[in-house]
Amino acid sequence: MPTAIAQPVERENYLNTKYGVWSWLLTTDHKRIALLYLLSITFFFFIGGFFALLIRLELLTPAGDLVQADTYNKLFTMHGMVMVFFFLIPSIPATLGNFLVPMMIGAKDLAFPRINLLSWYLYIIGGVMMLHCMLTGGVDTGWTFYAPFSTNFTNTKIVEAGLAIFVAGFSSILTGLNFVVTIHRMRAPGMTWSRLPLFIWAHYATSIIQLLGTPVVAVTIVLVAAERALHLGIFDPRLGGDPLLFQHLFWFYSHPAVYIMILPSMGVITEIIACFSRKRIFGYSFVAFSSIAIAVFGFLVWAHHMFVAGMSVYAALVFSLLSYAVAIPSAIKVFNWTATLYKGSIRYDAPMLYAFGFLGLFTIGGLTGLFLAALGIDVHVTDTYFVVAHFHYIMVGGAVMGYLGGMHFWWPKISGKLYPEGWARLAALIVFIGFNLTFFPQFVLGYMGMPRRYYDYSHMPEFQVLNVLSTAGATVLGVGYLLPMIYFLWSMRYGKPASDNPWNAAGLEWKTASPPPTFNFDEEPVVTWEAYNYEELDAPHSQEVPVAR
Amino acid sequence: MSAHSSASATSPLKGYFAVWIALLVGTGLTVYAATLDLAPYNAAIALAIATIKATLVALFFMHVWHAGEKLIKLVVIAALFFLMLLLGLTMTDYATRPWS
Amino acid sequence: MPDSSSATGLHTEEHNPALLHHFADPEQQRDAASLGMWVFLATEIMFFGGLFCAYLVYRRWYFGDFAAASRTINMAYGATNTAVLICSSLTVVLAVWAAQTARRTLLITSLILTMLLGLVFLGIKGIEYREKFTEHHVPGASFRFVQPIPGHPGQYANPRHAQIFFSLYFVMTGLHALHMIIGLGIFLWLLTMAWKGRFTPEWHTPVEMGGLYWHFVDIVWIYLFPLLYLIDRHP
Repeated sequence: MPTAIAQPVERENYLNTKYGVWSWLLTTDHKRIALLYLLSITFFFFIGGFFALLIRLELLTPAGDLVQADTYNKLFTMHGMVMVFFFLIPSIPATLGNFLVPMMIGAKDLAFPRINLLSWYLYIIGGVMMLHCMLTGGVDTGWTFYAPFSTNFTNTKIVEAGLAIFVAGFSSILTGLNFVVTIHRMRAPGMTWSRLPLFIWAHYATSIIQLLGTPVVAVTIVLVAAERALHLGIFDPRLGGDPLLFQHLFWFYSHPAVYIMILPSMGVITEIIACFSRKRIFGYSFVAFSSIAIAVFGFLVWAHHMFVAGMSVYAALVFSLLSYAVAIPSAIKVFNWTATLYKGSIRYDAPMLYAFGFLGLFTIGGLTGLFLAALGIDVHVTDTYFVVAHFHYIMVGGAVMGYLGGMHFWWPKISGKLYPEGWARLAALIVFIGFNLTFFPQFVLGYMGMPRRYYDYSHMPEFQVLNVLSTAGATVLGVGYLLPMIYFLWSMRYGKPASDNPWNAAGLEWKTASPPPTFNFDEEPVVTWEAYNYEELDAPHSQEVPVAR
Repeated sequence: MSAHSSASATSPLKGYFAVWIALLVGTGLTVYAATLDLAPYNAAIALAIATIKATLVALFFMHVWHAGEKLIKLVVIAALFFLMLLLGLTMTDYATRPWS
Repeated sequence: MPDSSSATGLHTEEHNPALLHHFADPEQQRDAASLGMWVFLATEIMFFGGLFCAYLVYRRWYFGDFAAASRTINMAYGATNTAVLICSSLTVVLAVWAAQTARRTLLITSLILTMLLGLVFLGIKGIEYREKFTEHHVPGASFRFVQPIPGHPGQYANPRHAQIFFSLYFVMTGLHALHMIIGLGIFLWLLTMAWKGRFTPEWHTPVEMGGLYWHFVDIVWIYLFPLLYLIDRHP
């Protein structure tokens, strides 16, 4: 007879405190809402990825033989709309941000928990509307839905897609509002601005952009919908309207939007690099203020998307100069990360592999942005695959890498389980290889003159080799993305239980249990130390020992 | 106790009515000024009066004047700043197009 | 920065039932609400701002046509509505003061007056819209506009450009009216809470926040009025 083994009583945490669907759907716990978002954005990531797959399949051959031209237009449009508005914009802030912002500042929750839940529901409503739009015909204008094609000429479902984005935009605004108020009002005693993790500074800057930029694209969508539905035309050239006005209003948001997508990722990378170099971030103030600078400067450059659209060339000069300026704070961050690595005690766990990937790929993406900011070069490579490669290097090589790195870094905190490190490193490598194989050929293609948004390039069949490489890379990349999905799920059941602080990392979130209790801390923390106090954490008398893996 | 009235020990009512009168006077002034031929300053005058009225509402009706910390003022100024960016930088295009 | 005395689950001091659990004290909660509302108003500034940008571009391009179009909207109605909203801002501020000083009757009266003034505003707006409809000044297939350009005898306004003016007019005032309607809803909710006696001098945050929203809607109109109604009113 086997003897009965006493089961340890599971401590209360945010996952086991209540069971049942309604305890999740009506939760106001920021951590549960973060997980709701995690599921939702992963779902939309796959939808967007599915469209990418179809695009890459079509481009395997020069002839437009897989889908028709109109369908192809819908494919790249839906890929862009889903990836931008339903994956990238919410990704880190709504998942890692929601989960970590209160914990990192020592608060019990965000300032407005019910508005947080509302944010998620708005996101879901927008998502359902977008799904319905896609299933009933979709949109073919490109994610940028330029007037007057979108307002006067296309027959696709612009109003519905626009409304879906409008609703999702509100979700974004409310998340930003919550973060700003929380960071200002709910820091624990002793948590001064200069002791905040740079992840918080990054999310604060992101929130500023969400708050001030999104309303402009929201009203632009209203105008487009009004023009289509009510014939209230202000972009219609037949009335004397200026299509470029649409572009100004659209890009006023959509350029800062790309900083919404990258700033949180930079925040993640800062946390990871500090932890896995066992060093305080070099130049804390510079990194903090560069986040704010990116947010502000990011609003000054939007017309660099319009250089060849018919805008004034003098204004183009101004925007070109400003676009060079906006690169400076990003470069400052790269320098500071590099300086942090110098003489650090580097560990190559999966989060750090993603961070290294980010450093290289973001730098390439950022530098190619400078090429595009130069008017002379832009004239030749705008609307080619050069631009496509540039923004994918930042969005995928930068933002998604940061997202994955962050998911790995905080997974033990979120789930209470350790993911399998071997598989994680392999996946990171596959992602890196797949990514470069997909997108580096696109730089060459663009430079050689292959236009974007073309389903048929049979007039230049020499593009095929690079396109085949790119599609092959996309397949590898897809495998790389699937692996974490599988082993994260696996780890929830079979992973080793995580301690409070498996990485011996700095930060308040690591001073509570994994997974955390519902109200985050057993007692309100009182902060008396500076951020990134790795010297103290690694001192010989320290209780915590880095986990040997 | 609300922080808003802590700054004024006496009743704020007189101030509210004064602002109210000022706003109505401002409205009348705007209408009157519009009937005068002050081109090219008509727009500037109208906007100036509107801004004064808006500032009165913000400072005294919305209690920004008595706000304890600078944060609220910063929020308002930031929003106005970014609005000016939108208007101003857009106009760099429209104002410098050599064609109509 | 809150100084906290809250340990887990132990409420050693009496607190207002309106205090939410994740806040350390009522002051933190009120400061959070106030900052939240102001940040929201900042987003609204940008929301309307996009429309002002469009207005700025086209007014510069088509000044004469815009001036002609502006003359056909009723200045008396516009000025009256401006005065109505200014009075409603006064009643709002009185409502907040009443809540601060525990004057329940004044509070309820002020809230009701505010809503009535809001309804008057919307009523006048409705009359204006109907006027525009009967004059065929609503953009669309039935738009017709034959008006001289002020100050340029013999020249007629370009009806296509006038359509742009009216498109902006309807979108800007329509969006503003939508915000008024939402404001009425908010004040109805405040009224029911006030009726039930929920507001005290210690806690009347919703009244203050609702007031901020209402004042903002007033400020938007303060700008809309001269820009839309008073482009060129030289006799």
